[in-house]
Amino acid sequence: MTAMLELRGVSKVYGSGPTEVNALQDIDLSVDRGEMVAVMGPSGSGKSTLLTIAGSLEEATSGDVLVDGSELRAMSADDRARLRRRSIGYVFQDFNLLAGLTATENVALPLELDGYQSSVAHATGLEMLRTLGLADRASSFPDDLSGGERQRVAIARAMVGNRRLLLADEPSGALDSVNGEAVMRLLRDACKRGMAGVVVTHDAQLAAWADRVVFLRDGRMVDHTPPPPTPDSLLSGPEE
Amino acid sequence: MSVRHALLALLAEGPKFGLRLQQEFESRTGEVWPLNVGQVYTTLQRLERDGLVESDDEGGDGPQKDFRITAEGRRELTEWLQTPPDTDIPPRDELVIKVLVALRVPGVDVHPVIQAHRRHLVEVMQRYTRVKAEAAEHDLGLALVVDAELFRLEGVVRWLDAADARLGRLEASIDPVPVDLSGTPDRVSGRR
Repeated sequence: MTAMLELRGVSKVYGSGPTEVNALQDIDLSVDRGEMVAVMGPSGSGKSTLLTIAGSLEEATSGDVLVDGSELRAMSADDRARLRRRSIGYVFQDFNLLAGLTATENVALPLELDGYQSSVAHATGLEMLRTLGLADRASSFPDDLSGGERQRVAIARAMVGNRRLLLADEPSGALDSVNGEAVMRLLRDACKRGMAGVVVTHDAQLAAWADRVVFLRDGRMVDHTPPPPTPDSLLSGPEE
Repeated sequence: MSVRHALLALLAEGPKFGLRLQQEFESRTGEVWPLNVGQVYTTLQRLERDGLVESDDEGGDGPQKDFRITAEGRRELTEWLQTPPDTDIPPRDELVIKVLVALRVPGVDVHPVIQAHRRHLVEVMQRYTRVKAEAAEHDLGLALVVDAELFRLEGVVRWLDAADARLGRLEASIDPVPVDLSGTPDRVSGRR
């Protein structure tokens, strides 16, 4: 099976000479469909840079990034923009919803930008809100929603259409623990339904929702947890 | 976890026999804490001796013998619920000791030691989170038990993160020269 996201020897350097910063060094990471991977590390460890490079918002200094088997470097800028619009969903800590648009309009926006007829985009957006239990908030503006509701709208926007790669940066950082858990449940469910997910966080409770956790330190991947165990060993203690 | 007080709490709802107490204890703690039936009977005997529960004498010692909480038992239970657990004396935490020792042993880089413990704790947290994710949403007992354990483990991970950050800051300011004697695999160094 082709991985949905693959980073091969990815490095990112900012600046040059005495001000040079190695934000990422030689990162290898592969994420399959149906899988959620958490990237954990302290501030400045390179987590957010990894996410922006995986989402083609920034280019790697060296190494290859493949989304669904296609190498980003080999694509034209237009093709990369289309990939971002159609295949990749982003969730940020501060929601990034447009205040002048209703919940449905926010969710429908990426589809409209991609040329969908407005009525189709809205119907699809509304359906996605319904899936996430937000049908009754569809006509509300972001300012009238709670923090937890806003983040669920942002997740709906990241999932709408036929998006396959879900990238989240501290997705529940601004929420209390119960709302944060609800957000992680939604992201986990989205991945179980076939998306590939990468969540970056410094929070171990959030990272624990992922199938695999990789640890970054000073731009290097230093460690990772093993893939999930088989269902019948879930309640057993650590292996001897 | 006091089995003694858990049994008193279950008996406060009404008379029950030993096997049922064992089953209810396990189901209400999300089956995270297994309890064997022998331990239930031993505890019941002690509670009876102390006058906190009473039983029907006619039933003999059979498995169907009903136990009831006494007025004294209810007083004991109420008092226990409001008594703070003993958190005044810091426990001799093995993990803290290991990190402190790692700092002193020549040739040992403390960062991989911290990371090994961090990874292990996150793995345990993943296991608990899967249990919570796959449980029915109305299973309040399980959610509360699992949350308690997750918050505790998260606290330990945060302590490791803080230790790591403090050490990193110190290393940046004094530039130490550790000697590598151990050949520790996957060394993680904060220095370049």
